[in-house]
Amino acid sequence: MSNGTSKKTDFSRRSALKGIAATTLAATALPRFVQAQSASPIKIGFQKHATGIGAAYGRWYDATTQAAVKRINDDGGINGRPVEIVIEDDGTDPKRGAEVLEKFANQHKVDVAFGTLFSHVVIGSAPRAGELKLPYFVVSEGHHVASGMLNRYTLQPGITDVKSQVQSMAPFVAANLGKKVTMIYPDFAFGHDHRDFFSKAIEAQGGQVVAQIAIPPSETSFTRYFPSIPRETDVVYHVMVGPAVLTFVKELGEFFGPSRPEIFGFIDSLEAVDITSPGLEFLEGTYFWEGMPRHAQAENSVFDTAYRAAVGVDERGASLSDSKDVSTYAHMFGCWETLNVIKAGMESADYKGPDDRAKLIEAVEAMSEMPHSMDHPQGPKLFNGKTHQVFGQQYISKVDGGTLKVEHTASIEDGMYEDEVDYTAQSF
Amino acid sequence: MTVARKSGLLHLSVLVALIGLFFMLPPYHSGNLARIMVLAIYAMGFNILFGYTGLLSLGHAMFFAAGMYGFGLAINLGGFPLLPAFLIGMLSAAGLAAITGFLALRTTGVAFMIVTLMFAQTAYLVILYFGAYTRGDEGFVIQTAKRSVMGIDLTTDSARYATALILFGLCFVALARLVQSPFGRTLVAIRENEERARMLGYDTGAHKLKAMILSGLISGVAGAAYAMLFGYVGATFATVQYSIFPLLWVLLGGAGTTIGPLLGVFFMFYLIDFSSSLTTAYMLIAGIVLVVLTMFAPQGLMGEMRKRVFTWLP
Repeated sequence: MSNGTSKKTDFSRRSALKGIAATTLAATALPRFVQAQSASPIKIGFQKHATGIGAAYGRWYDATTQAAVKRINDDGGINGRPVEIVIEDDGTDPKRGAEVLEKFANQHKVDVAFGTLFSHVVIGSAPRAGELKLPYFVVSEGHHVASGMLNRYTLQPGITDVKSQVQSMAPFVAANLGKKVTMIYPDFAFGHDHRDFFSKAIEAQGGQVVAQIAIPPSETSFTRYFPSIPRETDVVYHVMVGPAVLTFVKELGEFFGPSRPEIFGFIDSLEAVDITSPGLEFLEGTYFWEGMPRHAQAENSVFDTAYRAAVGVDERGASLSDSKDVSTYAHMFGCWETLNVIKAGMESADYKGPDDRAKLIEAVEAMSEMPHSMDHPQGPKLFNGKTHQVFGQQYISKVDGGTLKVEHTASIEDGMYEDEVDYTAQSF
Repeated sequence: MTVARKSGLLHLSVLVALIGLFFMLPPYHSGNLARIMVLAIYAMGFNILFGYTGLLSLGHAMFFAAGMYGFGLAINLGGFPLLPAFLIGMLSAAGLAAITGFLALRTTGVAFMIVTLMFAQTAYLVILYFGAYTRGDEGFVIQTAKRSVMGIDLTTDSARYATALILFGLCFVALARLVQSPFGRTLVAIRENEERARMLGYDTGAHKLKAMILSGLISGVAGAAYAMLFGYVGATFATVQYSIFPLLWVLLGGAGTTIGPLLGVFFMFYLIDFSSSLTTAYMLIAGIVLVVLTMFAPQGLMGEMRKRVFTWLP
């Protein structure tokens, strides 16, 4: 009630100026999505191998994802909206993987799902992604996407596939290590992919696979297989994975002693394992495929340096907080790059919500060149919208004094092959 | 009211409840329930052998996988339509169960467990060995276009739920009738005292083999149904883990009860689903709950109900 006197207000010119200054400061200091603070976050379901055989990968995929999302949000989010990651453990199991996708779509109401590595989880989950009409961005390196086995809702824009990786190794192996190759691989689909793709690729280079030695997955000792390596072998190509890999390397070293053929392997065998671990001395002077060089090189790109800092990884690919905690550096960049592709796709499609999922897929399918940049720190890439598969550079490193030094960079063209599917012809 | 009428009413009520739940539950939970019904068929198959006949198999994943691969390969490689492929899946599982039973039933107790475990491991390695056809550990997809029958697309939520419910209902009612039939009573007699059953003139060997084949067949129905409704066939389903699951489900729900398997799968599914959203150590939570249940309800949830309240429960 007024008593006839004007009540002195607290609002003065000084306080108004303070308020304006504070608001201006806040607006410039905070991410740009503050301007659209009423907008709900873009929810991305992260299918994580938190438990099961893929847990080591899952932990680092998670760290990379968090770092990528922080960068995206610091830069203003996607279309002015912050990004929120919703994590569910798939147990590295295809049944649970499919259940997790259902949970993402129907309970968490995410916009897209992404992240998983192991092929059987991807293949077990992808049919549900198609049925739920949920864009499913995988970071798996399997050939299952580009082979046409899956569906229009499944894409792999952040990491190259095994066919491309293996194929691009053959020119270097034939030209520098030798033309007669003995392959040692696990006797399951991952090993069979290497066997089939590399055999064909080395023949195209004038080489030959002189022996194929398949190791049963339950094997724990390998010495009895090594006498099957022909004497004429120039190069042993190995791609063993799993907990027995240290025994494999140790026994291979004991078998050959000081005189050995050239050795070429895939770093998949030793992801999350310190290359200088006791028992791995035999790897000195051998060669590895790396998706992204684990050890910082003498002429490191500014993008790799910044990416390492963002993810929290030192120059040897180990955690900044624990040098014994070695990352899965050759693969985890795929999470970073995939999230940046999702961002670019959503911005290109002017993505507003689940109704725009088809537009998002079409926007990603329309992508082509992805230049070497902070969005793509592993290297330049070429995306094939028809096969939903990205192609990129591959690295061959030599173990020199306990450090992986890049000897050769395979070009994007080295890893390209004929299209096996046209997903764009499928309806949504 | 007679026991048979009570039992009939109970089973009918369960099916009516499952129909009603589809309309009441949000999509996420009705989707879960479709999956739970398929897995409950598997658990019911296991329950015939373990709960009613008293034979503990540690290799039932091979029957689930036989149904799954029989169905999947018949569609993808054989080009069969859906229903004949489903029949091939069922026959694959029954055939494998007949062969396994013929050999493994020469043993009893722990030896039977070990022999079935070894057979299952062999089946798993066979899947990997024939990777050119099975795609080994990766498995393969059954495309949406191939998952329809009589013009009905089984990949839609409602068709998937209805199909799971029909298959579950058929197995559920058939098994409820079976366990109350003379054959079912004989299986229970074998479970309780095989020597006495034999002394009374029953051919226990033949009954156990029939139980094994029936158990494998029902498990195969579940495997084929999983592939048909969720579009994936993979070697993971042949691993030892998937032989242990039905044992857990049945122990939890109540071995030797017809409703126990459904309840066990339901409880275990949501226990993992809920606890995994709290911690990555969700199997620890699941383990603790299982230990507590085993301590305080050693006969499983429905087993305790039968002991305390519904003594007529089949």
